[in-house]
Amino acid sequence: MSDKLAKKDLNINVEHVTRVEGHGDIEINIKEGKLEKCQLNIVEAPRFFEAMVKGRSMFEVQHITSRICGICSTGHCMASVKAVEDAIGYEVSEQTKLFRKLLLHYETLDSHLLHVCFLVAPDALGVSSVLPLIKTHKDVVLRVLRMKKQYNDLCSIMAGRHTHPISLVPRGWTKLPTKKELEEMKSILLSQVDDLTQTVELYKTLQLPEFERETEYVALIHPDEYAFYEGDIASTDLDNDIKPRAYKEIMHEYNVAHSTSKHSKNKRDSYFVGALARININYDKLNDQAKAVAEAVGFKAPCYNSFHNSTAQLIEIAHCTYDSIRIIDHFLENGVDYDDVVTSWPTTDEWAGFKTSKGTGAGAVEVPRGMLVHEYTIDGKGIVTNANCVIPTNQNLSNVDLDMKKLIPENLDKTKEEITLLSEMLVRAYDPCISCSCHLVNVKFV
Amino acid sequence: MSEDKKKVRIAFFDFACCEGCQLQLTYLNEAFLGVLEHCEIVNFREVISDKSDDYDIAFIEGSITRECDVERLKKIRKNATYIIAYGSCATIGGINGLRRRYTDEEAKEIVYPGREFPLEAGWPRPVHEVVKVDFFLHGCPVNNDEVVLALKSILLGKGYTPPTHAVCVECKLKENVCLFEKGQVCMGPVTRAGCDALCPSWGNTCYGCRGILDNPAEQGQTDLLEKYGYTVDDIKEKFDLYNTCKMEADKNE
Repeated sequence: MSDKLAKKDLNINVEHVTRVEGHGDIEINIKEGKLEKCQLNIVEAPRFFEAMVKGRSMFEVQHITSRICGICSTGHCMASVKAVEDAIGYEVSEQTKLFRKLLLHYETLDSHLLHVCFLVAPDALGVSSVLPLIKTHKDVVLRVLRMKKQYNDLCSIMAGRHTHPISLVPRGWTKLPTKKELEEMKSILLSQVDDLTQTVELYKTLQLPEFERETEYVALIHPDEYAFYEGDIASTDLDNDIKPRAYKEIMHEYNVAHSTSKHSKNKRDSYFVGALARININYDKLNDQAKAVAEAVGFKAPCYNSFHNSTAQLIEIAHCTYDSIRIIDHFLENGVDYDDVVTSWPTTDEWAGFKTSKGTGAGAVEVPRGMLVHEYTIDGKGIVTNANCVIPTNQNLSNVDLDMKKLIPENLDKTKEEITLLSEMLVRAYDPCISCSCHLVNVKFV
Repeated sequence: MSEDKKKVRIAFFDFACCEGCQLQLTYLNEAFLGVLEHCEIVNFREVISDKSDDYDIAFIEGSITRECDVERLKKIRKNATYIIAYGSCATIGGINGLRRRYTDEEAKEIVYPGREFPLEAGWPRPVHEVVKVDFFLHGCPVNNDEVVLALKSILLGKGYTPPTHAVCVECKLKENVCLFEKGQVCMGPVTRAGCDALCPSWGNTCYGCRGILDNPAEQGQTDLLEKYGYTVDDIKEKFDLYNTCKMEADKNE
């Protein structure tokens, strides 16, 4: 490093990082070539969801927690109904589970595609957003809009709409797809095969920064499948997997002295949740089509470059597409049991005989940004008396910080603009969902 | 260049919310590109990097909670010709109102038991409790068909008035079996229509996300409850879910 660089002073403040979900600021101070401070300040308005659900019925809690985040609403609903069912010891049918897995795939597909193509790709193509791409890459924009519209249609068929699913409730589904709708969903997914190939081709042209920092990776693990909906909690630092109810054994929420936010860590100072963690832990469970995409883009697990979280997302897009087709084929072959529907609330007759014993339950689900855990305590009347939500973005905050502390010093020879872009790209790579992370508190680490 | 100048400049701002209503715009597909032919989006933080203070129409998403948000909103009001409250959190306070059941201290205690920390809890309010709102687009989330219709109408200078009839009307037109018949309690009789009775049509009940009608048929609702053997207390909690802010405002009138 030259003397000039060694004495470099630099202050970077990015207010309200764009193309992420929610409000966050990046602050970087470099003095005489030394990194003094670099952090992501979360400035989203707090909403106190745990207080919102306290005292409400367990039959509407998923309706409320769905509103934690518009992008992740299905995931929150899913964690919510699972936690409620776990708390009262309710076992849903295999059919209910399989349809939930299908809907969860749709949300992952939609969220990943938005992130990879609209939020990440503009950086790699050197533009400020997707809008200039309408002129230069119109085919790409139209393709992504078409695919997103289709994912939205798929969610609508399964759950009434994508944002805030309607028919996903505790105990099961209030409406099930008809045979015609199953066929429609399958044909939509099959029609996307070509779009998917094109998306992989586009991805190959993107240049992601060189970077490596090994950390602890945490994700759900399941003996028979690439885990999204169910499984135990696995960590690359632990020999044994743990049950969802024991999530606190890994997810140690802690407070930083200079911060009002809850961060999370296990044994080390940080861990990673999200597509990269899932793929590092479960690569062998990916379907063949997803593995083919991994090979096509030159991805090898384990991968320690956080920027490649987007690559892992691309690979999961292939996995979820073909796994969705597999699930639909199962129902086309074996039929759907239409008696297996429930009402969103117990009916007057059901209420008459309704009682639950007091209990606490947890629901752990892999949502697009990583593992999400909801935990509720429910009293004898079905009222939520205590709630806790552990959000993927919160779990990643410490890891973003530590990545930045390694990345910035490695790139001090670059211009201020380049460093700013690099730090923004790093934050975006995590696909942070700040609405989610601030469901309960104003995170600020200054 | 001259054509560009004619375009209506639109800005989106989000406050305390899930940002799900902004997200609906990405589902407009070609219709979205069609809207872009007549207007220019100058502020849309979730999707674009560029920012501007020069705009004609400001979409406000979310409830207003903290003092800094009030200040930000007042600035937007000064810059914009029209303000559209966009989605339930903005139009009626929505589920954020649930937080009003607790004082600041109680809410902090629930989320952070036994810990003191500097944090402005804020007080959730719909946009019109802070600044003048020109148009309302209800829903959690908003209905895209209504958004396009309203935007076209506003661009043509005709403004927009949301439906003044109940969700029940739309539900009947869809020939759904009444949820009260199925042993469920539903907010449909008193809730503003415009969603095409989406939730009841999907086997769920109406939760009241589009707000209580300005002139709800109170007697009709009372008769209905009586007929199916419910008391006012049975449905009180259903009113709270989305309409806490409105009910408190009514009480204070």
